[in-house]
Amino acid sequence: MTDFGPLSFTVPEPPVRPGDEPDFSEFEIPRAGTVRKPEVDTDSREIKDLATTMIRVLNRDGEAVGPWAEDVDKDILLHALRSMLRTRAFDERMMMLQRQGKTSFYMKCTGEEAIAIGQQLALSPGDMNFPTYRQQGLLLCQDYPVVDMICQILSNARDPLRGRQLPIMYSSKKHGFFTISGNLGTQYIHAVGWAMASAIKGDTKIAAAWIGDGSTAENDFHAALVNASVYKPPVVLNIVNNQWAISSFQGIAGGDAATFAERALGYGIPSLRVDGNDFMAVHAVSKWAVERARRNLGPTMIEWVTYRVAPHSTSDDPSKYRPREESAAWPLGDPVLRLKNHLIKTGLWSEERHLQSEAEFDEEMRTATKEAESYGVMGGGSSARDIFEDVFKEMPPHLQAQRQKLGV
Amino acid sequence: MVQMTMIDAIRSAMDIMLDRDDDVVVFGEDVGYFGGVFRCTAGLQKKYGSSRVFDSPINESGIVGAGIGMAVYGLRPCVEVQFADYIYPAYDQIVSEAARMRYRSAGDFTAPITIRSPCGGGIFGGQTHSQSPEALFTHVAGLKTIVPSTPYDAKGLLISAIEDDDPVVFLEPKRLYNGPFDGYHDRPAQNWTNHPLGEVPEGYYNLPIGKAAVRRSGNDVSIITYGTMCFVAEAAVRETGIDAEIIDLRTLLPLDIETIEASVKKTGRCMVIHEATLTSGFGAELAAQIQERCFYHLEAPIERVAGWDTPYPHAQEWDYFPGPARVARALRTLMEAV
Repeated sequence: MTDFGPLSFTVPEPPVRPGDEPDFSEFEIPRAGTVRKPEVDTDSREIKDLATTMIRVLNRDGEAVGPWAEDVDKDILLHALRSMLRTRAFDERMMMLQRQGKTSFYMKCTGEEAIAIGQQLALSPGDMNFPTYRQQGLLLCQDYPVVDMICQILSNARDPLRGRQLPIMYSSKKHGFFTISGNLGTQYIHAVGWAMASAIKGDTKIAAAWIGDGSTAENDFHAALVNASVYKPPVVLNIVNNQWAISSFQGIAGGDAATFAERALGYGIPSLRVDGNDFMAVHAVSKWAVERARRNLGPTMIEWVTYRVAPHSTSDDPSKYRPREESAAWPLGDPVLRLKNHLIKTGLWSEERHLQSEAEFDEEMRTATKEAESYGVMGGGSSARDIFEDVFKEMPPHLQAQRQKLGV
Repeated sequence: MVQMTMIDAIRSAMDIMLDRDDDVVVFGEDVGYFGGVFRCTAGLQKKYGSSRVFDSPINESGIVGAGIGMAVYGLRPCVEVQFADYIYPAYDQIVSEAARMRYRSAGDFTAPITIRSPCGGGIFGGQTHSQSPEALFTHVAGLKTIVPSTPYDAKGLLISAIEDDDPVVFLEPKRLYNGPFDGYHDRPAQNWTNHPLGEVPEGYYNLPIGKAAVRRSGNDVSIITYGTMCFVAEAAVRETGIDAEIIDLRTLLPLDIETIEASVKKTGRCMVIHEATLTSGFGAELAAQIQERCFYHLEAPIERVAGWDTPYPHAQEWDYFPGPARVARALRTLMEAV
C-alpha cells in the first residue's frame, strides 16, 4: 500500500576527522571588496543577501578594498594591532601558567583576536558588552589592569572577584564588560534587556551581545531574538562562528542547514555575515551596526566567520576530533598577520616594529604575571570569609550562623 | 484604610512604585493593555504608558532574562510570570543568573528584579495551573521567596520586594486573590470585602521581608504554614477546638526561625502545612530546623500535611488538596501522640 520506505536518521558530520586532510573546498569565500554596503537605515528585507555572503575588506595583497574599506584613524589601527598582539601574548603566558599548575583552567582566543578588539574600538564609553569566555580582547584593548586579570585567573588575594569564579570569568562594569556566567547563552537576552532599559530611559548607550555558534542552539538565543525583534532595542547581536563547540562542529548547531546570520532574518532583524579574521571588515561592520543602534534603528545581527585555532580550553585535545593541521589550512588566515601586512603596506608598521611589540608584550606579561603570582596562585591568598559575602546585599541570619560554623 | 482584594492590593503596590520610582517597569504576558489575566495590572499601562508597563512575548526565560538585563542597567523591573507552573523555562535565568549576579561579580553587577507569579491550587486548574514551586526557589542561594496570604501583606511585601536590592520571587496564592479560602470549596466563596484582613492603606507602606505573622495565638500546638493553608488551618482549628497557634511565614527565605522557635518551645507540638508536594518540600526544611532548635521541647514528632507526591490532578482536586478535614485529622493525631 505505502510508497514510503523506512525512515533514516540524520546526524551531521564534519567533512574531515583526525587523520584526514583538512578540506575547506566547500567553503565559499567571496573576493574582498565585492559585497555592497547599504545605508544604515535600509529596510532589513532589502539586505537579506548580506546574511549569506561574506563581507571582506582586506585582499591577499594586504590592501583594504571595496565599499566597506574606510579611512580609519591611524592611532586606532596601531592600537588595534598592538592590542591583538597583546592579547596573543597574554594567552600564551596564561597557558603557561596553567601548564605550570598555577591555575586550574584557561581559554585562549587565538585566531579570533580581531573580532572583540575590532568591535570594542567601535563602541563608546558607557556601552555594555555581554561577552562569552572568548572575548578577553574587549578588556585587553582597554585600560583594564592586566595584573587584575591574572589575579582573577589565579584566584588569589587580589582577585577582584574574590575567588568565587572560574578563571577567565572576568567582570568590570567600568569597562563595559558584563560578568561572565559560564552557563551558555544566558547573557544574550541580558544584553537585549539592558538595551531595552537604555531605550526606556531615553539614554544614548547601546549593548553588544556575544555568543558562539554552538550556543545559538540555546533557548536564550531565541528569547533574545524575539525580544530584539519586538522591541527593537539598541543592541548588536554578535555570533562568533569559530566552527567548533568543544568537539562538535558547527553543523551540530544547525550551521549546515543555513548560515547563523540567516537566523535573524525570520525575525526581521538585519543580519550580516563577515570575515572575522579581517580586522578592517570587523571594525567597519561593527561601526555600521553601532551607528544603527545609536540612531535608534534597532538591533543588528553579525555572524563573524572565524576559526578556533586553540583548543576549547585547557581541558580538551582538539587532535582527538579534528585534523591537527586544520587550523593552518583555514582559508581566512591569521587576523594578526593580515592586519600587520595591511599596516606595513600602508606604511604605518614594519617588521621591526612588529618584533619589538611582540617582545614588549611578552615582557609586559612576564612582569605582570610575576607580580600577580606574588599575591598567590591556585586559590592561595583567598579568604574563606568571602564565601558568605555578596550572596545578598545584607547577610541574613542563617548565613551569619553558617559562617560562624565554619569559624571565619 | 480601604477594602481591597489581594488583586487590588498587588495592583496598588505596583501603582505606587511606578509612581514613586521612574526606574520601576512592569511587564509580562498580557499585562499591558489587557491588564493581566488576573487583572493585577489593570489600568497601569494607561496611567504610566507603554514604555513602563507592557506586554511580553510568550517566553518566560525572555521575560526574566530581559528583566535581569534591565536590572543590571539600573532599573527595578517587576515582571509577571502568568502562572507559577510556567516559570520553569525561566528557572535557569532565576537560579544561574539573577540569584548569583551579586556574588559572582563581587557586587560589580546586581539584579534587583521582582518576579511575581500566581501559585497554588483550588481553582480547578489541573496540573499546569495549580502548582506550588516555592521550594525550588528557597533551595537556591541568593533568592528571597515571599508568599503572602492577605491583601495587606501582599501590598506591603510587594513594595518591599520591588525596593529590595536583591532578586525576589513573589508567589501569589491565586485562590486568595478574591477572598480567603478555608478549603471548603462546596461552600459559598468568601470575599475580602468586609473581611478585616482586606483593610489596606491606600498609600505607600512596606513590610519587612523575613518576618512571620502570628495569625492566631494558642498554647497546645504550633501550626507553621503560609499562603492559602493559613485559612485552611484556621478552619481545622475551629472544627477541632484545639488551641493552636498559627504562624503565617509570609517570607520563606530569609526564614523567621525565631518566631517559630518561640512558638514551638511554648506549645511543645508542631505541625507544618503546605499545598506543595510533601517530599523535599519546604516543610522538610522547616521540620529539620525546628527539631534542631526545639528537640527537647517537642512532646511528639513534627507532623507534616502537604500535597500528595503526585502531579496536581484535575478532577480529583479535592482529594489532592490538603483541606481542613485532612488537617483536622492530623491535628488530632498530633494531640493524641505522647
